[in-house]
Amino acid sequence: MIIEIGHFALVLALVLALAQAILPLVGAQRGIRSWMLLAKPAAIGQFAFLLVAFLALVHAFVVSDFSVVIVYLNSHSSMPLLYKISGTWGNHEGSLLLWVTILAFFGALVAVFGENLPPRLKARTLSVQAMISIAFILFTLFTSNPFARISPAPFEGEELNPLLQDPGLAFHPPMLYIGYVGFSIAFSFAVAALIEGKVDAAWARWVRPWTLLSWTSLTGGIALGAHWAYYELGWGGWWFWDPVENASFMPWLMGTALLHSAIVVEKRDALKAWTLLLAILTFGCSLLGTFLVRSGVITSVHAFAQDPERGVFILAILGVALGGALTLFAWRAPVLKPGGMFAPVSREAALMLNNLFITTLTFVVLLGTLLPLIFDVLGLQDISVGPPYYKWTFIPISLPLILLAAVGPLLGWKRGDLSGALQRLWGAGILGVAGIVVAAWIDFGSEVMAALGIGVGLWLLAGTFVEWAERVRLFRTEFTESWRRMRHLPRAAYGMTLAHAGLAIAIIGMTASAAWKEEVVRQMRPGETIEIGGFTYRLEEVRGVRGPNYIAEQADFTVLKDGEFYTRLYPERRQYMVQPMPTTEAAIESHFFGDLYAVIGESDGAGAWTVRIYEEPLVPWIWTGAIVMVLGGFVSMSDRRYRVGAPSRQPAAQPAKA
Amino acid sequence: MKTARTGWLLPLICLVVALPALAVDVPLDDPALEERARHLMREVRCVVCQSQSIGESDAGIAVDLRRLIRAEIAAGKSDDEIRNFLVERYGDFVLFTPPFRAETMVLWIGPFVVLGLGLAFMIRFLRRRPSVAMPSSLDAEERQRIARALGKDGGENAA
Amino acid sequence: MHRLFFILPLVVVLVLVAVFWRGLDPARNPASISSALVGKPVPPFVLPGLTPEMPGLGDADLRGQVTVLNFFASWCAPCRAEHPLLKELAAVPEIRLVGITYKDRLADSLRFLAELGDPFAAIGADETGRIGIDFGLTGVPETFVIDRDGIVRYRLAQPIDEARLADEILPLIAELTR
Repeated sequence: MIIEIGHFALVLALVLALAQAILPLVGAQRGIRSWMLLAKPAAIGQFAFLLVAFLALVHAFVVSDFSVVIVYLNSHSSMPLLYKISGTWGNHEGSLLLWVTILAFFGALVAVFGENLPPRLKARTLSVQAMISIAFILFTLFTSNPFARISPAPFEGEELNPLLQDPGLAFHPPMLYIGYVGFSIAFSFAVAALIEGKVDAAWARWVRPWTLLSWTSLTGGIALGAHWAYYELGWGGWWFWDPVENASFMPWLMGTALLHSAIVVEKRDALKAWTLLLAILTFGCSLLGTFLVRSGVITSVHAFAQDPERGVFILAILGVALGGALTLFAWRAPVLKPGGMFAPVSREAALMLNNLFITTLTFVVLLGTLLPLIFDVLGLQDISVGPPYYKWTFIPISLPLILLAAVGPLLGWKRGDLSGALQRLWGAGILGVAGIVVAAWIDFGSEVMAALGIGVGLWLLAGTFVEWAERVRLFRTEFTESWRRMRHLPRAAYGMTLAHAGLAIAIIGMTASAAWKEEVVRQMRPGETIEIGGFTYRLEEVRGVRGPNYIAEQADFTVLKDGEFYTRLYPERRQYMVQPMPTTEAAIESHFFGDLYAVIGESDGAGAWTVRIYEEPLVPWIWTGAIVMVLGGFVSMSDRRYRVGAPSRQPAAQPAKA
Repeated sequence: MKTARTGWLLPLICLVVALPALAVDVPLDDPALEERARHLMREVRCVVCQSQSIGESDAGIAVDLRRLIRAEIAAGKSDDEIRNFLVERYGDFVLFTPPFRAETMVLWIGPFVVLGLGLAFMIRFLRRRPSVAMPSSLDAEERQRIARALGKDGGENAA
Repeated sequence: MHRLFFILPLVVVLVLVAVFWRGLDPARNPASISSALVGKPVPPFVLPGLTPEMPGLGDADLRGQVTVLNFFASWCAPCRAEHPLLKELAAVPEIRLVGITYKDRLADSLRFLAELGDPFAAIGADETGRIGIDFGLTGVPETFVIDRDGIVRYRLAQPIDEARLADEILPLIAELTR
């Protein structure tokens, strides 16, 4: 019964979305106020119904109602409650419903908090948002109905894929979707602005919090996914440049570019057409990612082809949404009034350069992801585009971007003083060069990129600190004065400082991990030892253990450092009861300079086990960096100027420095 | 249906049925040779996996190819000989580094061309910007002078 | 130049959509990788039979007539599924159907054939999978069509199905045996 209510609520949400898409748009065009005002209740109602539908599905998973097809296929009564709930989005149909629900949630947020928006802009934005909703609800209902039943109902389900039974992966999809889907708001705002033919600082201020929320969530989601791959796959790797990973990385890159260009629109009323384009393309990348992941157009050998109907449907959504928005862009964007002017050396120009580099990086990832598909479609020989390609394209192009990230914030608006900025960064420069020298000395000649990576990472970290210190006049004036400045510095400024610092920390971690990871693979019997990275691992025993829905072989390692006890590690090799796939649970112990990482593999049946031990330098820095970036996002969001509906207050332009 | 429901979320997992692994990894005795083997393993794609190298997969074929690479290195083959051996059998697909050929040039040069074009476009944009509102009869030098002048106190024109 | 900036994104997106559209063609199998072996002679190999009495298989056996070579194993479920179609193939008079067992215990292979029937004129046993590597095998089952000169003309890296048998394999055999 509850399932039918859910199904019905989904249909009702569609009806409301239809009303929300048409009436406010017509109302805004013809100036019918009452029609425009319909957008708000419709958006809230649409979200309410979708929430009912989603909760109905969650309920079916929680009570293990195996008469529902996807519950049967993805759940089991013995699974812990957390994984029963996360099973809701651990499959195509359920995750799509979550996608749509989040979409409507964002629409409802704009409806509720957008009281200060000009009525026309608000009506049009919500109308565009509803159009996206309609497309995806139709997609859900016609190709991926999560409420489909089977009769007679099986007694037991087939269990969620064991690899998904993991706390990290339980929260990874919702965070990723908030990121993906949140960019739809920027898209809708952009399309609405194109219809109006007007973009101004206020527009940028309205778009910013949504973009920031999406970006923050996507950052967290990607980091969680990488962390999951790191400890669950058991090979010590955290990023594989896989098409599915790239699908989430492209919107992140574009969203990052959008955040930066929106600042220029807000402060200087310039780069307006470009920012609109970015807003459209950022969500376009989200749609592209959805298409790549769900259509089966890119898949691995011996994976079974997926329903091509779904692919065609999403492609149609992508084509209509992007094609429509970009046609509107080609037609309307040229009429936007040119905005404020700036010199080739200025904050604006630096942000423009930032955008150029980030867009190029997105292009690199796009090319690497799609070229194998294009070759296949053209009938050329199949190729693989893997880490070496990104090493020689992505990394060289991102190095100058990171150098720039330290300089840009020190340049003034309109006209900056490059030599002045560089003078203030002398300390960061020395640190960066020292980093390169030390890194090259540790590992002479073999990894040029690694040395450069460490160098620019340190440069950005120090440069970010310098910028903050400059703002609060640290050590330049009385400490009480600095303290006063620290407290009055806008939250958005702290947000930037944290985000840049987090990026720097993550870069250092990623570089070190990619270049200096070490590995020992060996067959081991209890009592034997392995030495790696200054630690001695002694295998004490391997024993059988039992979880709620799995059995496992658990190894017991004692780790010694300089002959003294350091820690114990318990890696597991699990066998879930329903699904036959064995999974590894790496045992990881973090310290400041890296991770100890142990994995237990197969037994040879004669008392020895294959054991893999990794020395993972600076990997914790990657997660720390991501957390700091997310923190930066939240701090920036809490800035009162950007709070939705806050009265607009144009900050006084900084006087130009001669 | 059975794989479709998880495949989309599990890019990195080999969907292939685990083949019986006949032998576990036995590293080469010479650490230098073993290091070479490891390096090579990271370049070779596990052809039945998605985006994993044979150095990081438990798939049967990955285990076999690891053993093969170690054996070939022990037999004194060079890295290039081993790469060619694999490409002859599995095609370019087996190496993570796409080959340098006419049709793959877009991959290696494309990003830098796009960056270059973008830079050129940006420089043009920054140079001519201030003259947009000016009559087009001005010559280049005049435009530059105006550009310089506007650059200094252009703030008054800003919104 | 200025105009171009506004129209270019639309053009790029339309081109991409067209590529994806072709990529979604149901006839295209995203999982198949082009074989490096097609157009080349079969790699040299000699494999023993499943029992000392049964004939083994070597590359020399693959010349002189059109041959269909099937890699299979008893532990592979799809091999079981395609087995009836292999029997159909075995009935084609112009060709010789041969098999290689891939990483399979001899006793298991024999049991598999005893249960389902043995359509193969000869079977080689590749217990270690080493010859599989020479054929660029990614799994089982896989099927190769080899012409009279011992050149590989076709490779199917998935189970044979009715459609592929009728539309790809049989026409090719007809062409090669003409």
